[in-house]
Amino acid sequence: MNTPTTPNGGYSAANEVTMVKARRTFVQNLWRTLKTAPPTAWFGMLVIFLYLFVAFFAPLLAPHGQAEVFPMAYAPWSDEFRLGTDALGRDVFSRLIYGARNTIGIAVATTFLAFLIGGSLGLMAAISRNWLDQVLSRFVDVLMAIPSLIFALMLLSIFGSSAFNLICIIAVLDATRVFRLTRAVALNVVVMDYVEAAKLRGEGLVWIMRREILPNIMPPLVAEFGLRFCFVFLTIAALSFLGLGIQPPTADWGSMVRENAGLIQFAEYDLTAALTPMIPAAAIALLTVAVNFVVDWFLHQTSGLRDEH
Amino acid sequence: MSTNDVILTMRDVRIDGFSDDRWHQIIKGVDITLRRGEILGLIGESGAGKSTLGLAAMGFARPGCKFVGGSIEFDGIDLLKLNNAELRTLHGSRIAYVAQSAAASFNPAHRLINQTIEATVSHGIADQTTAKQDAVQLYTDLQLPDPDSIGERYPHQVSGGQLQRVMTAMAMSSRPDLIIFDEPTTALDVTTQVEVLTAMRAIVEKYNTAAIYITHDLAVVAQMADSIKVLRYGETVEDAPTRDMMSEPKQAYTQSLWAVRSIEKPPQPQVDSILEINHVDASYGKSVKVLNDVNIKVPRGQTIAIVGESGSGKSTTARAITGLLPPLTGDIVFNGQPLPAALKNRTKSQLQSIQMIYQMADTAMNPRHTVRDIIGRPLNFYLGLTGQAQDKKVMELLHLIELDESFLDRYPSELSGGQKQRICIARALAAEPELIICDEVTSALDQIVQEGILKLLLRLQEELGITYIFITHDIATVRAIADQVVVMFQGKVVEQGDKQEIFQPPYPAYTELLLSSVPEMNPDWLTQLQEKRAG
Amino acid sequence: MFIFNLVHGVMIHVHPILTTVIQRLGLGLLTLFVVSIIIFSSLEFLPGDFGQAVLGQAALPETVEAFRRELGLDKPPIERYISWVGNVISGDLGTSFSGRNSSGVDRSRDVWELIQPRLANTIFLASMTALIAVPLALALGITAALYRNSIYDRVVNSVTLTTISFPEFFVAYILILVFSTYFKVFPSLANISDATPFLEKIYRSSLPALALTLVIVAHMMRMTRAAIINLLASPYIEMAQLKGTSKAKVILHHALPNAWAPIVNVIAFNLAYLVVGVVVVEVVFVYPGLGQLMVDAVSSRDIPVVQGCALIFAGTYILLNLFADVISIITNPRLLHPR
Repeated sequence: MNTPTTPNGGYSAANEVTMVKARRTFVQNLWRTLKTAPPTAWFGMLVIFLYLFVAFFAPLLAPHGQAEVFPMAYAPWSDEFRLGTDALGRDVFSRLIYGARNTIGIAVATTFLAFLIGGSLGLMAAISRNWLDQVLSRFVDVLMAIPSLIFALMLLSIFGSSAFNLICIIAVLDATRVFRLTRAVALNVVVMDYVEAAKLRGEGLVWIMRREILPNIMPPLVAEFGLRFCFVFLTIAALSFLGLGIQPPTADWGSMVRENAGLIQFAEYDLTAALTPMIPAAAIALLTVAVNFVVDWFLHQTSGLRDEH
Repeated sequence: MSTNDVILTMRDVRIDGFSDDRWHQIIKGVDITLRRGEILGLIGESGAGKSTLGLAAMGFARPGCKFVGGSIEFDGIDLLKLNNAELRTLHGSRIAYVAQSAAASFNPAHRLINQTIEATVSHGIADQTTAKQDAVQLYTDLQLPDPDSIGERYPHQVSGGQLQRVMTAMAMSSRPDLIIFDEPTTALDVTTQVEVLTAMRAIVEKYNTAAIYITHDLAVVAQMADSIKVLRYGETVEDAPTRDMMSEPKQAYTQSLWAVRSIEKPPQPQVDSILEINHVDASYGKSVKVLNDVNIKVPRGQTIAIVGESGSGKSTTARAITGLLPPLTGDIVFNGQPLPAALKNRTKSQLQSIQMIYQMADTAMNPRHTVRDIIGRPLNFYLGLTGQAQDKKVMELLHLIELDESFLDRYPSELSGGQKQRICIARALAAEPELIICDEVTSALDQIVQEGILKLLLRLQEELGITYIFITHDIATVRAIADQVVVMFQGKVVEQGDKQEIFQPPYPAYTELLLSSVPEMNPDWLTQLQEKRAG
Repeated sequence: MFIFNLVHGVMIHVHPILTTVIQRLGLGLLTLFVVSIIIFSSLEFLPGDFGQAVLGQAALPETVEAFRRELGLDKPPIERYISWVGNVISGDLGTSFSGRNSSGVDRSRDVWELIQPRLANTIFLASMTALIAVPLALALGITAALYRNSIYDRVVNSVTLTTISFPEFFVAYILILVFSTYFKVFPSLANISDATPFLEKIYRSSLPALALTLVIVAHMMRMTRAAIINLLASPYIEMAQLKGTSKAKVILHHALPNAWAPIVNVIAFNLAYLVVGVVVVEVVFVYPGLGQLMVDAVSSRDIPVVQGCALIFAGTYILLNLFADVISIITNPRLLHPR
């Protein structure tokens, strides 16, 4: 660093030394960031990309239909049925591929809905800080006082299990956590002087929300989206596993584990059969691990801190 | 033992720190020689490496820092060759440390007396009973109230100034040969600072302890130190006995450290008021009144400084003027027209003509907006400028604040502290206001940068005829730029008048206390003040 | 203090910590009350024809009407809520829907009778897990925080990051595959009853307890580590080091007294999580516990049983969090020693 002086020795504000980042395009920036990513993050991104690919092109990739029944229950692994068939004679491999589409699709839709509800309410509560904030915060406190899986089970028993009910129930329950986080991070920004400066300028609420607050709370919200997705994904998998989530004949990983669980006891005779129920479970675990790795790296990038919860 | 015995020798000490994924030099080869009973003042601006060097004198490097060269010899022992266990036997027994934030540095779970004597007892210097008796003696020496019982309290039960003195007692408990004072009074108000300084100086003198006193305030260090070392960017700028340094600083940089005190503003003629605050009361929630019958007249085209310590209500006054905190009673008249109390009832032109500049330029600008966005928004919002016309005006404003076009697309993180504050000034100017409220705008800045900002503000006032309300706790700044001064204490106006009047005796009691507590560049100031207050 | 003034009309000096604790307990009771309303009102949201659905299509209109009357659906909701709460407090959770049929012959069972033995089993499993998991997780978390960035810390961290990503049933089936079908060490079905001897109970519950432990330890260890790292960054810890205090004493004397609140919160949070995790694990191992009962009741839409189970799960959850909050309050020196 040098003293901020002009050639003739006087003080000059413009010459105070600062670090100016080189201007780059978005793609250049992205590439530079990706180059520094640790192997775990690369692995995570690769896995997520692969899953998305499978989910998008499921009908092209799967050799059979997801509900197509063959007259061979519990067929062993073979060229035709790469992972065998299940109790009803459906091809496990094809159901695994369709499962990516159904399971991930529902989890993503639910997470989006949760963010839409929780995010917008959280932002409104943080900015207004009046009775609305009080009412919403107390309501969320009560909802969070009941474990969400138990609450979900109760609501499912009332409304019945359908994909639509499932998405709505989980989204509403999860929106409570999104609400809390959005409100908390937005509160940190709302107290900043630049928000006060905008208020003093006479700016409207929408402008302040969109231009001053939202850009500054995006990084934690993006990270939270990843973590929430994992949570939602695991909850839906658990419910489906319990037979209360995605209903047959729609192929879904959680219910596939349940349907084929009985095969595990044949491990000593045919290990591949015992692995059949494990594969969809592993598919769930792998995606969650991958998302966690990417979120971990993302948080490290944006703040240098990792929220351990 | 002769008093000329050298207790600490640091030779060519080099320390690296890890940040942004690489190692940077923090200390680039500094020498220190300290004799028994001598006090060395380490002075420099933020980032000069003062604290790192102070801790290095204990052989300690914070996590993320490492010694890369040089030697540190304490009473014949090379500290850098000791292992952790050997260092621990010196820490808290022969070398002690007094931290800046006393509130954070005391363990909230233990009583003060137990923390005071902890090191003394654990190092086997004295037993529990003796150490406790001695601690009470130290509390007495440090003029703490109730020295017999104050030690039984917990840290959150005493005030900041008292806590800082207890920490000095903690350092003194083992009768160390060397104490490191790391900005011990920076967080305190000036009137409290005087008490703590007096107590600390007396006790190191009494026990003939050597000390390193770290601060950014030259006037403070002049009272404490026998000699002064000026640090900048991890290097020594100048080294001299205190009196020599004060009377004839050799280096231009050292002179710049009290640059603000060189600005002079001639007396201004009497003018009408642009803003009048009449009988304003205000409070947060329903609790205590933070403003109590405040009356202030702001002269047009001049600068009025509102001074006071934390909790005096000076910032609340600003919030009342801007409409962020509508007063409970009283009114605010702007250009002869009453201003609506609440922000949302004010017209766009009323909002436009009163602008605000904040203390922390860092938090006053959205980190996701460029300079072009930041200055351009008020141009667009109030004046309806867009595109080319807006860019042209932004450029004019940048030149006005002595910056250039190269700053247009920078983000706040790419600006230095002084540049940030200039952009904030440009944003306020963009609205073409009549009145600007400056809330402690220079107190977060280094001295040389402060001078630049104050000169800029003065020039803008001459050219554009803008009125300033200057909120500050720094009397030096007030002397430099104010035309009128308002002194506030506990939500009330104690005194208001021309600067010349206010700074001339006779003073009301509080003004007297406040003014006399501001450290002066005279090494004998504290001694004289003590004598005056005692007599 | 305010409440006491109202009640007694005179100023009574009460230690502020007591008022804070009482306020917190009051808040807990209020939450419990609101939760009970939510659980109670689940009956309100049932579709109109549920009587027919429970009793079967062949049920006569009179039978359905009698069933509705038995549930009290002809009375106003507030009256029903009050009597429901009264019954719940006296241990009467109503009678289950299953066992009723169209002929009007009622073989339904008392909900509490259904729940009681299963609750005991679930408590057994949860306590067994907690006894292993809590000390293990605290030890791992604290050591990882103390030796931060060491190889040990990194290994523990990545292993636990992976483990928390696994669905509980995946962990459970891996255990079954390895320890039950491949090496026949433990039974895959945790078949226990009141008559099972204690040691045999432990043996049969080993795999479910192990599965739960693996999941809980990962979460709890990560949270403990974060809490301790946060604590060790306090300036007073640096001050203690600069006073020449030994590492062990810094931890025991300076960090620990301030660590109770964060640690208890971590434990309570995870025990509450355990309450939920137990549902899936019980189903995998066919363990006769409350979770399995609830899942079965949800499938058959046996609302009174669902209500009973939900009430117990939610109550446990609320009480655990309440307990953690109270510990945080009473170990906070600022509240313990007011100005």
